[in-house]
Amino acid sequence: MDEEYDVIVLGTGLTECILSGLLSVEGKKVLHIDRNDYYGGESASLNLSQLYRKFRSGAEPPSELGKDRDYNIDLIPKFMMANGELVRILTHTDVTKYLEFKQISGSFVYRDGKISKVPASEMEAVRSPLMGLFEKRRAKKFFEYMQNWREDDPSTHQGLDINTVPMSAVYEKFGLEPGTQDFIGHAMALYLDDSYLTRTARESYDRIILYITSVARYGKSPYIYPLYGLGELPQGFARLSAIYGGTYMLDKPVDEIVYDANGKVCGVRSGDEIAKTKQVIGDPSYFHDKVRKVGKVVRAICLLKHPIPNTDDVDSIQLVIPQNQVNRKHDIYIASVSATHNVCAKGYYLAIVSTIVETDKPEEEIKPGLDLLGPCVEKFINVTDLDEPIEDGSKDQVFISRSYDATSHFGTVCKDVKSIYKRATGQDLVLKQRPKQEEEFAE
Amino acid sequence: MSTTNNRQNAHASGKLYQFKLVLLGESAVGKSSLVLRFVKDQFDDYRESTIGAAFLTQTISLDDNTTVKFEIWDTAGQERYKSLAPMYYRNANCAVVVYDITQASSLDKAKSWVKELQRQADPNIVIALAGNKSDLSARRAIDSEEAQAYATDTGLLFFETSAKTAVNVNELFTSIAKKMPLEQLAANSRGRGSSSKQRGVDLTSPTSSNNCSC
Repeated sequence: MDEEYDVIVLGTGLTECILSGLLSVEGKKVLHIDRNDYYGGESASLNLSQLYRKFRSGAEPPSELGKDRDYNIDLIPKFMMANGELVRILTHTDVTKYLEFKQISGSFVYRDGKISKVPASEMEAVRSPLMGLFEKRRAKKFFEYMQNWREDDPSTHQGLDINTVPMSAVYEKFGLEPGTQDFIGHAMALYLDDSYLTRTARESYDRIILYITSVARYGKSPYIYPLYGLGELPQGFARLSAIYGGTYMLDKPVDEIVYDANGKVCGVRSGDEIAKTKQVIGDPSYFHDKVRKVGKVVRAICLLKHPIPNTDDVDSIQLVIPQNQVNRKHDIYIASVSATHNVCAKGYYLAIVSTIVETDKPEEEIKPGLDLLGPCVEKFINVTDLDEPIEDGSKDQVFISRSYDATSHFGTVCKDVKSIYKRATGQDLVLKQRPKQEEEFAE
Repeated sequence: MSTTNNRQNAHASGKLYQFKLVLLGESAVGKSSLVLRFVKDQFDDYRESTIGAAFLTQTISLDDNTTVKFEIWDTAGQERYKSLAPMYYRNANCAVVVYDITQASSLDKAKSWVKELQRQADPNIVIALAGNKSDLSARRAIDSEEAQAYATDTGLLFFETSAKTAVNVNELFTSIAKKMPLEQLAANSRGRGSSSKQRGVDLTSPTSSNNCSC
């Protein structure tokens, strides 16, 4: 460890592992440390013993649940948008070749006490009970507008400059009912609250198009998911980093970040070893005095022996409960996967219910979501802080990632990766499709 | 790309079976050198630690009708500080656990890797034990008999190999290919770990949709 590195990365969460991989590929000498004896940090997938160690203070998992190796339980519920930025990063780096993905079978929304499928095709939209006949025509016009809109062709703008007008003005133009607005804004644009209505429509446009193009890629839902759980993603990028010379140390305590006389970082100490470095990248848990809390998320990890009721008995879903439906300010999400994704033993299903905490009784806040699950075999409640760095790292060369938020996919994680990459290297991250190769040697 | 390959393909003159093979063992016992000899028939005395190889592939023809293709994964140095990811063992069909016959401690280390495989990997994994650097027999620290007895007790294939002189390298991989349960895979067309591959989605295909968007 007593060597000199270009970058030391602390924590093996997805953000850190992507950055570690990108920097190693570029020839930087990287040391990557995690205090845990497993990969993934806050974005890990845990086996049963690790899960019980974390939430049941070390109690043995009940033997009827089956073998440890059958379980890879995500701590953070997120899915990958099929046409999203993370997919581009995976193909750019060729990390796809270590992983296998499956579609999430359905995307659902809760409305007026009922669960309905978010239409994935025009056929489904025509049959959907979410809108009446006349509203369906208005919605059709709205989606045609969205899909035909071109930045450089004013004839497609229909007199609305979506770069300046708020989203509410676009809804108004097409005369969409509040229930339809809710469904578009929360189940397709995936906003967690209603503040988007007053922001420019361009932001919503980009999100709606991402949803639509992602559904178009594989058909059933906009989402895909890695077999063996989300924890495979950081492991894949860590392998990339290692292949290009990155050094990995798990189960290694980090005792001190060392600074020089000018306050610039110069090393990381573990016990009486110090590794020298020019830069440090890490997750917020390694820098308590350099981050601030911006909120809290509550997540209930539930183990079921049945698919979530009223969702067509499929093996995996996302279900959005828009805030208006349950008198809240933030949506409640349910993400469910099952044994077919190699995340739990045969016959079991996993569901994570989550939302941004608004009161001092977080568990009660997710009750509307828990009520839709039916009986749970096990339930683990996890309330975590959302931290963000106070400074941008330009002064001390310490670049801290943001906590994994309550959004449904990896858009914000990729944004953070790009932001840190830019701040640490001074360059924009440029993603390109690399030629496919079965084997390769770096120079 | 692995995810688009079925484990069992109709080949021009017979069947092609593809297997994931993982290498394990202490640092500097010659894991990468064994693969380099097997795949490229090369050896480099001053080879640096593994850099840049995601995985290598090599095929073996067992007979006119049967070809086995190994997708060989190297540890990329992640074994050095006990940081090998569980992903490494996933869907591995076979493993070569390597020790250095001149380093007494490296066999103990190999034994602990075998235990780790038995705990983490597919229960049907085929494991071979390789005592490498047999060209340095003057500095031998581990008796063949001792290693052979351990391998027999544990149900492992066993060879003493030299990546440098190529002794027993092809024999090692060929005997693994022969021990793979090919008939079983042929009878059970899903093969091990292949059913999910067939259902999975390929991220590198530009558009794989057969549905139109709404």
